Amino acid sequence: MYKIVKKEYLANNIWLMDVEAPRVAKSCQPGQFVIVKTDEKGERIPLTVCDYDREKGTVTIVFQTVGASTELMKDLGVGDSFQDFVGPLGCASELIEMPEEELKKERILFVCGGVGTAPVYPQVKWMHEHGVDVDVIIGARTKDLMILENEMRAVAGNLYVATDDGSYGFKGNGCDQINDLVNNQGKTYTRVVAIGPMIMMKFVAQLTKELHIPTIVSMNPIMVDGTGMCGACRLQVGDEIKFACVDGPEFDGHLVDFDQAMLRQRMYKTEEGRAMLRLQEGDTHHGGCGNCEG
Amino acid sequence: MEVDVMKRIPVREQDPKVRAANFEEVCLGYDKEEAMAEATRCLQCKNPQCVKGCPVNIDIPGFIKEVAEGNVEGAYHVIGEYSALPAVCGRVCPQESQCEVKCIRGIKGDAVSIGKLERFVADAAREQGVKPVKAESLNGKKVAVIGSGPAGLTCAGDLAKLGYDVTIFEALHKAGGVLSYGIPEFRLPKTKVVDAEVENVKSLGVKIETNVVIGKAITIDELLNEEGFDAVFIGSGAGLPKFMGIPGENANGVFSANEYLTRSNLMQAFDDDYATPIVAGKKVAVVGGGNVAMDAARTALRLGAEVHIVYRRSEEELPARVEEVHHAKEEGIIFDLLTNPTQIFTDDEGNVKGMECIRMELGEPDESGRRRPVEKPGSEFTLDVDTVIMSLGTSPNPLISSTTEGLDINKWKCIVAEESNGQTSKAKVYAGGDAVTGAATVILAMGAGKAAAKGIHEFLSKK
Repeated sequence: MYKIVKKEYLANNIWLMDVEAPRVAKSCQPGQFVIVKTDEKGERIPLTVCDYDREKGTVTIVFQTVGASTELMKDLGVGDSFQDFVGPLGCASELIEMPEEELKKERILFVCGGVGTAPVYPQVKWMHEHGVDVDVIIGARTKDLMILENEMRAVAGNLYVATDDGSYGFKGNGCDQINDLVNNQGKTYTRVVAIGPMIMMKFVAQLTKELHIPTIVSMNPIMVDGTGMCGACRLQVGDEIKFACVDGPEFDGHLVDFDQAMLRQRMYKTEEGRAMLRLQEGDTHHGGCGNCEG
Repeated sequence: MEVDVMKRIPVREQDPKVRAANFEEVCLGYDKEEAMAEATRCLQCKNPQCVKGCPVNIDIPGFIKEVAEGNVEGAYHVIGEYSALPAVCGRVCPQESQCEVKCIRGIKGDAVSIGKLERFVADAAREQGVKPVKAESLNGKKVAVIGSGPAGLTCAGDLAKLGYDVTIFEALHKAGGVLSYGIPEFRLPKTKVVDAEVENVKSLGVKIETNVVIGKAITIDELLNEEGFDAVFIGSGAGLPKFMGIPGENANGVFSANEYLTRSNLMQAFDDDYATPIVAGKKVAVVGGGNVAMDAARTALRLGAEVHIVYRRSEEELPARVEEVHHAKEEGIIFDLLTNPTQIFTDDEGNVKGMECIRMELGEPDESGRRRPVEKPGSEFTLDVDTVIMSLGTSPNPLISSTTEGLDINKWKCIVAEESNGQTSKAKVYAGGDAVTGAATVILAMGAGKAAAKGIHEFLSKK
């Protein structure tokens, strides 16, 4: 069992938890992910590592409640445990594998959208600890939905915040902010790392392709085992089919077929809706309405 | 009970029409009276051929003699000297091509029903609470076993009986490997059989640590150098699915058999109490003709679909066990033989709406000795399926080989190991099962686990 030692509400149904998982904490690297499962009957849910404390043996995860399984996760408190917590899975970010000298020559811009801010944080922190200053954009629809701003500010070179409604920072989305930095403020970047909703990564990648900036995205598709066994997480990347769990989760954003990935993301929408209804209606769920076959 | 020595005692099965709609076990097994009657058919050969056909060389006449006398506990301990998983083997071993095919009774009549007798012994022993015999004391040496499938469980069990302190590391959240994620409930009940046999191995003193991915959380070198293990056995199986590489294969509704079966078996998606979803499908094509294809097809059928097996050769070449093909047909699976998929069609939302296939005919034998299937030009047609399950075989996961320096693999990414003792190219590291051979059977993996346990024991005894 893997005990929850800290729980915090961030914003917009996004929660942060520190979980005791010594083997994972000892070996995980920025960019990798874990799979958690609340109980015997739960789903295996992949989550990108948000932070880790090798000495305390804890790993930080951040998740947004989007369905029945994450609703149940949110109900766990400090002192409760996950039945399963496995990792680290996937490959570490290619940036941290780079020789330090080359890395120091890079001018990197991280672009985070929504809950995607969480997996960006350990990468920026790692850069900071290795003496590399990077620029970071956190994008959100509105000010109240922004997460991890203070944490990010402490480790980023320059932090730019952008809100769609202009309630905080730059008015516009992540792409608008990139455009502003590159075209108006004369910034140059050798690399962009974009992590957030699939649609946001798609548009960032489209823009950076026009700007000729190599771009890494982190994919979080549907998966079961996370070790290469099921193939549910397969993606079209250029001419090749890749498994996000073992070949990724990070890929060249200019090669990923986002449209296909977004269609695949919707595969279990009906089933998920049914599960959510069962959860919300509890014992009063009787089926027979013809819609859920429950 | 009357016995015709030429004929085996028939085994009771669930009616095909009933079982096509449930996940209960198909074969109901012998009761004690039936088992004792069947056991009297064994000739107790002085030079038993059946034993030679068994990959772990169980003393078959020995345990059958105990059954004939009604001594379940005695029979269980005879088998226990050779096999840690009799309830599994009694169900999933291909006895018809191993022990039973060599039975002298089979020359003029039916071979003795060895598999069903083994299953009876294991089930009856479990019901009576008979446990395997634990080593009297530990010998102070530690062995790590990677993977808790048939190879790992067997290797761990054998070493524990010899007094080793054994820890199994399992990547998934549940022990059993392919027994848990791959083989369906209706062929191999999880709680009753798999969990119970895993518990038996644990009762020998074996520790199982789940949720540890070797090669990610910790490497083999770290196990040897930092965690104090004296030897490592790799039984990590062949878990990577293959796809065909045809257009449309990434559509929603195309699954690997691994995914489909893992959802249904490991995650129990067929049961609404479990959170993991599965797409049942209304009309399903399963591409492939092996045991895994039969398992996937029969699972989809039980979830309510019309199911077609699409296989490019003819019935004769189907790699699945005859019993599995027979059961599948009884349940209403449709076999589209000499048929090969060429592309998958999708609707606007990326869902499968059909699969184009082409008719095949058999040409000259290829390197596998089977006649090569050749396309019949112009014979394309469309199967109007909404779900496609690819069951084209699996290959070993590179997670371990790519993170272990000095561990040689061959061109199929299988770990190179000696057949006799499991020794790999790296000192202190042994391997066996599908990780070495590529996808094969439960019992062959057990045989390899057994050979490696012997190899590890010989190596560590010399030190």
